[in-house]
Amino acid sequence: MAGGRKRGPLIGWLPLAVLAGLFSVMVLDREALRVVLSALFPGVRDVIYPRASLVSLLGEHLFLVLVSSAAAVAVGTAVGIYVTRPAGRDFLKIASDLSAFAQTVPPVAVLALSIPFIGFGQKPVLLALFLYSVLPVISNTVAGLEQVPALYIETALGMGMTPRQILLRVEIPLALRLIMAGIRTSVVVNVGTATVGALAGAGGFGTPIVAGLVRENPAFVLQGAVSAALLAFILDQTLARAEIGANEPGGGREEK
Amino acid sequence: MIELKNVSRRYGDVEAVRGLSFSVREGEVCVVVGPSGCGKSTALKMMNRMLEPTSGEVRVFGKDVREYRPEILRRRIGYVIQSVGLFPHMSVAENIAVVPKLLAWEKKRIDERVEELLHLIGLDPEVYGGKYPSQLSGGEAQRIGVARALAADPPILLMDEPFGAVDPLNREVLQAEFAAIHRRLGKTVVFVTHDLDEAIRLAGRIAVMEKGSLVQYDTPENVLAHPANRFVTSFVGSDRALKRLSRFPVSAVMRRPVAVGVSDDIAATVGALGKERKIRFLWVLDEEGRLRGWINVWRVSERVSIEEATTEATAGQIAVRQDASLKEVLSRMLAEGIKVVPVVDRDDRVVGEISLADIERITEEVDSQWQVEEREGRS
Repeated sequence: MAGGRKRGPLIGWLPLAVLAGLFSVMVLDREALRVVLSALFPGVRDVIYPRASLVSLLGEHLFLVLVSSAAAVAVGTAVGIYVTRPAGRDFLKIASDLSAFAQTVPPVAVLALSIPFIGFGQKPVLLALFLYSVLPVISNTVAGLEQVPALYIETALGMGMTPRQILLRVEIPLALRLIMAGIRTSVVVNVGTATVGALAGAGGFGTPIVAGLVRENPAFVLQGAVSAALLAFILDQTLARAEIGANEPGGGREEK
Repeated sequence: MIELKNVSRRYGDVEAVRGLSFSVREGEVCVVVGPSGCGKSTALKMMNRMLEPTSGEVRVFGKDVREYRPEILRRRIGYVIQSVGLFPHMSVAENIAVVPKLLAWEKKRIDERVEELLHLIGLDPEVYGGKYPSQLSGGEAQRIGVARALAADPPILLMDEPFGAVDPLNREVLQAEFAAIHRRLGKTVVFVTHDLDEAIRLAGRIAVMEKGSLVQYDTPENVLAHPANRFVTSFVGSDRALKRLSRFPVSAVMRRPVAVGVSDDIAATVGALGKERKIRFLWVLDEEGRLRGWINVWRVSERVSIEEATTEATAGQIAVRQDASLKEVLSRMLAEGIKVVPVVDRDDRVVGEISLADIERITEEVDSQWQVEEREGRS
C-alpha cells in the first residue's frame, strides 16, 4: 500500500521539474535565449529586450503576484469564513453577488480607474490584482465550507467541540481542497493579469510585451509572454501538488 | 444519573415531546423505543443540550443541564448516532482521540487509550489505527463510533439508532458486542431505536413512547407480559411470545454437549453413549475441540471408523454462538430443519448443545409465570 502511494507524487512532479528547468535556462542563460530567438525571428536585429534582464523582470512580476495573492488569500478566506458563520450569514448573499459581479469587470478597467487616484507604479496594479483575485478565494472558501455535510458538524458539536474548534478541526480540513483550488485559480489568474501592470509602469514580464508591441518587435513580445506563461504553469503545478498534499488524509479512499 | 421532569419541546405548532418524565439509574441501559416521529430522538438530544426543552427540566449528574456549558457537558457524555459520523479526514486513531484531545490529555495517554479501545472492540490497533473511515466496512465504522464515544471514559452514553444503518446479520453481532461491553464497563446508557427486538435484547428498562409521550417504562419482560395499553400491545405485536425468547441467552439454557473426538473408537463410543442414554446425534470434534460434523448414532454400524461415519458440517452452518439468544437458536433450527444445535465459543469450539425441547420447557415456564402474575395483577 505504501509503495503505490509513494510512486504517484514522484511522477506527478515530473512536468513541473521539466518546466522549471526550461524556465531557468530561459531566464538565466541570455546566450541560449538569443540563439533561439534569432533562429525564430531572422529579420529582427535586437532579439533580447535591452532595458532589463529577465531575472529582474521575474523579480518584479513575482513581487506583484505574491503580494497581491497573499493579501487576497488572507482577506478572501477570512471573508469566506465570516459569511458562513451565524454572525455573518446575513452578508453571504452580498459577498457572493459581489464576487460574481466583480469578476465580470476586466482588470484593465480597474487599473485605468485607480491610476487617477493612486498614481502610476506598483500600487494601482497591486490593488487591481488584489480585487480581481480575492473573488475566487472568497467564492471557493464559501463553497468549500458550505459543502461540509451537516452530519459532521453535528457530530463535532455532540462530542463537545466549541464552534471555533469545529471550524478549525472539522470544517476547514474538509473544505481545504476547494479552498486550495480557489487559491490556485487566483494565483494563476494573477500571473497573467500582472502583465497588464506594465501599462501602469509596475514592471514585470509585461514590460517587454508592451515595448515589443510599440516597436513592432515580436521577439520582445515572445520572451515576455512565454516567461509569464511558464511562470503561470510552474506556480499552477506547484499549487496543484500542494492541493494533493491537502487531500492526502482523506485521499486514502481510492485504495480501498 | 439522568432525570427528565415534565419536559416538553415544540417545533412551531408541533409538540414533539409532551410532558415527558422519567429517570435513568446509574449503570442502567434504558432503551427508548417507538415508531418514527414519536419524539424519542428529540428526548435524547435534550439530555446533552443538542436541543433545549421548551419547558421542563433535564437533570444530568444531579444538576440541571442548563448549569453546564454545553461543550463541557457533552465531553462527559458519549454520543453515537446512526450515520456514525466518523470524520473522513482523520484516521481511526485520530477519530477516537477527538474528545481526549479536547480534554487536553497527554499524547502518551491518548495513544494508550486508543489502543485499549481498539482492543475492546476487537480490532487490531496495528491494522486499524492508521486506516481512514472510507476504508472501513459499515460494521467496523459502527464499532469505532462506539469506541470514539467511550474514549474519554464518559459515565453516560447516548446512542441514537446506532445500529440502524447496519445489515441485520451484523446488527445482531454488534448488539451482542455492545451488551458484552456494557457488562464490562457498566455505563449509564440511553439507547434510542425503533426496533423492538433490539430494545428487548439490550434494555434493562424499555421506555415506550407514542406521539411525544411516555406510555410505558418497565423491564422488557414486563412490557412483553403486560403491555400498558392498546398501543403498546400492537407495538409489541402478536409474536411477543417469540420476542421474549431473545431475552434468554444461550449460555443460561444450554446443556453439556454429547460429543466424540474424530479419532475415538466408534464401537466403544456408541456403546457407551448412544444406546444407554437414548441419544441419537453425536457431535464430532477435531483435536482442538472444534466442530467437524455429526453422527447419527442409530444408523452407524460398529465396523466403520468415526471419521467415515461423520456427516461433515461446519460451525457456521449449524452451530450458534454462546452469546446468541434463544430466538436465534430457534430460527437456526427452523432454517436448518434440525432439533438440536451445537453451541460454540469464539474459536468454534463446541461448548454445549440446545434442543427444541429445552426451548419448549423455557417457554412453558415463562407462560405459567405470566399467568400467575396476570392473576395477581388483576386481583
